[in-house]
Amino acid sequence: MARLAVSAKELVKWFGEGEARTMAVRGVSFDAHFGEMLYIEGPSGSGKTTLLSMISGILRPNSGTVIVEDKEIWKLSTDQIADFRLNTVGFVFQDYHLFPKLTTVENVAIPLILKKLDWNESLATALQDLEIVGIRDRAYLTPVKLSGGEQQRVAIARALASRPDIMIFDEPTASLDGDTGRRIVDFVKKNVLNENRCIIIVTHDSRIFEYADRIMRMEDGKIMGVEKGGLYAE
Amino acid sequence: MKGILKIAYKLLVNDKGKFAALLVGITFAVFLIVMMTSMFAGILHKSSSTVTNIGAKVWVMDPAVNTVASSIPMPDYVIDAVRSINGVKYAVGLYSGGALVKLRSGVYQSVTVIGLDDASLYGRPELIEGQIEDIFAENAFIVVKDAEFPKLGNPGLGTEFELNDHRGIIVGIAKVTTSGLFGVPTLYTTYKRAIQYIPSTRYTTSYIMVEPKSSDTVPYIKQQVAALGYEALTKDEFNRKVANFYKYQTGVGTNVLLMTVISFIVGLSISGQTFYTFILENLDKFGALKAIGAKGKELVSMILFQAAFTALTGYGLGVGLASLLIAVAKLRLPSYAAEITYTNLGFAFVMVLIIAGISSYVGVRKVIKIEPFDIFRG
Ligand SMILES: Nc1ncnc2c1ncn2[C@@H]1O[C@H](COP(=O)(O)OP(=O)(O)O)[C@@H](O)[C@H]1O
Ligand SMILES: [Mg+2]
Repeated sequence: MARLAVSAKELVKWFGEGEARTMAVRGVSFDAHFGEMLYIEGPSGSGKTTLLSMISGILRPNSGTVIVEDKEIWKLSTDQIADFRLNTVGFVFQDYHLFPKLTTVENVAIPLILKKLDWNESLATALQDLEIVGIRDRAYLTPVKLSGGEQQRVAIARALASRPDIMIFDEPTASLDGDTGRRIVDFVKKNVLNENRCIIIVTHDSRIFEYADRIMRMEDGKIMGVEKGGLYAE
Repeated sequence: MKGILKIAYKLLVNDKGKFAALLVGITFAVFLIVMMTSMFAGILHKSSSTVTNIGAKVWVMDPAVNTVASSIPMPDYVIDAVRSINGVKYAVGLYSGGALVKLRSGVYQSVTVIGLDDASLYGRPELIEGQIEDIFAENAFIVVKDAEFPKLGNPGLGTEFELNDHRGIIVGIAKVTTSGLFGVPTLYTTYKRAIQYIPSTRYTTSYIMVEPKSSDTVPYIKQQVAALGYEALTKDEFNRKVANFYKYQTGVGTNVLLMTVISFIVGLSISGQTFYTFILENLDKFGALKAIGAKGKELVSMILFQAAFTALTGYGLGVGLASLLIAVAKLRLPSYAAEITYTNLGFAFVMVLIIAGISSYVGVRKVIKIEPFDIFRG
C-alpha cells in the first residue's frame, strides 16, 4: 500500500445557525495516497468544494480531523496553516483566480515570492513552470489575453510552482471544451503526478473519469461509495 | 524591494484608471492645502516687510498698533523718555506715512514714505545705485526697487516727480529683502523732510527704534516702556504681532483655515472612496493570496505600501503643481503674495498621511476579514 498523504476523519461542516443552518459536509472520512489521482464526484451542492477547502487548510471544519503528512493541520496556528497552504498544497481554483493586472509569469511566480525567494529567481523558476505546462510563449501576456485552456494551464503552473506534495483541482474542466479538458487532465496525469505527490480532483465531468485511480462519490454531504476508476477499473 | 511589495505596486499601478483617480484626489488636496497655506504665509511675510527691511532690534509703539502701516503717532517726550532708560544704547524716531506722487506722465500713484532720523539715518536701506549721503540734498528721495518699483515708471537717478505738490528727485535706488503687501512703492527720505512734505497730526513719531546695550537689557526696557503707557517689542515679536492680527482679527486667517479643512475633506473623500473601491474590487485577489498562503501581516503590508505610495506620489505632484503655479503667477504678478515654507510642506504632508492612514485602515479591516472560501465557491 502506498504512503498515506491525506487522512480525513469524521469531517463535519455547516453554514449558518438555527433555522438557516445548512449541513454541507456530514461526517466524511477518507484517505488519499501518494502516487494516486483521487476523484471526488457528485452533484452540485453536495459539499465537494467545502470538503476540499477543509483538507487544504482554507476552511476550518466544525468537527473532525485532517491529517496531512502526519500533521493534524487544524491544530496548527494561523501562521502555520498559512505556511502549510504555501508549502504543502497546490490548489487550482475553479475560476482560476489569476491576477489580470499581472503578466502570466508573474502570476505563476506568486507562491515563490510568498516563499520569499528573490524576485528574479522567482520569475526564472516560474518561466520553467510555464515551459512544463507548455505555454512559455505566453509568459509576458496578461491572463485575459489567453484562452480558457491556457488560463487553466497558468493556474496549474502556479499551483505547481511551490512543488507541493498535494495538488487539489476544483472542477478543472468545468469551463473548457471536452477536448481541451481531456488534454489537460492527460497532461496532469503524465507530467504532474508522481509517486511523491497526491492529486485530488473534484469533477462531475465523466469524460475525464478514465484518468482516475479511484472515484469517490459524494451526495448531500456524505460519501456514497468508492470505486476503482477509468483505466484501472475492473 | 521586497517581492510582495512589488506585487502590491504592480496591482496598484497597472490598474491605471483607479490609480489615476487616486492620484487626482491626493494631488488635488495637497495642491489646495499648499496653495492656501502658501498664500497665507506670503501675506503674513509681506505684512511685516517694513519691520524686516529696517531691521531695528527693538520697536516702541502705541499698544493699539496692529500693522506696520497703521502707525499711531507718539508725542515727542516719549523719545526722550526712552533714551533715558537704563540699558538703551540709543533710540531714534521713524516716520512712516502715505503720500501721493504725481509722475512726469501726469499719473498719480500712492506711495509709502519712510522718514529716517536725520542725525543717524538709522534703518537706512542698502543702495544699488547712488550714495546714502545724497539723501540730505534738496528734495532728495531714495526709491526701493521692489515689486512695486515699476509703478513709479521705473525711475532712475535724477528722475523728478511731485510729492504732495513738492518737488522730489530720486538720488538712490535701494535693494529690499521683502516687498510690502499693499502694492504701493516705498520712498525713503529724511525724517525732517517727510514731516515737512506730508501733512501730519500734532505728533509725528510713528515708531521709536531702540538699540539696546545688550540683549539682556531688553526685558527691562520693555518694562520701562510699558510704564510710560507704550509698548516695546523685539523685531520678532513685532512680526508676530502683525501676523497674529492677520490670523485672528481679519477674515484672512479664518478663510484660509476653512479652505484648508475643505481641501482636506475633499481630498479625503475622493481618495478614501477610490481606495476603498480599489480594495473591494481586489478583494478576491487578496483572498486568492490568502488561500495560496499569504499571511495576514503580508496583506496588511501590501495595503499600507499601496496607500503610502499613492500618498507620496500625490504629495509630490501636488507640491510640484502648487510651486509651478506660484512661480508662473509671480512671473506675471510680481507682488503675488505666496510663499511655500517648510511649515506648509510639513503641514500638507501630515494631512496626506492622515488621508492615507484613514483610507488604508478601512482597506486593512476589509482584507483581514476575508474568508478565501467565500470567494472560491464561485
Ligand atoms: N458560505 C456558505 N454559506 C452558506 N451556505 C454555504 C456556504 N458555502 C457552501 N454552502 C452550502 O453548502 C453546500 C455545499 O456547497 P459546496 O461545497 O460548494 O458544494 P459543491 O462544491 O459540491 O457544489 C451547498 O448547499 C451550499 O449552498
Ligand atoms: Mg464546488
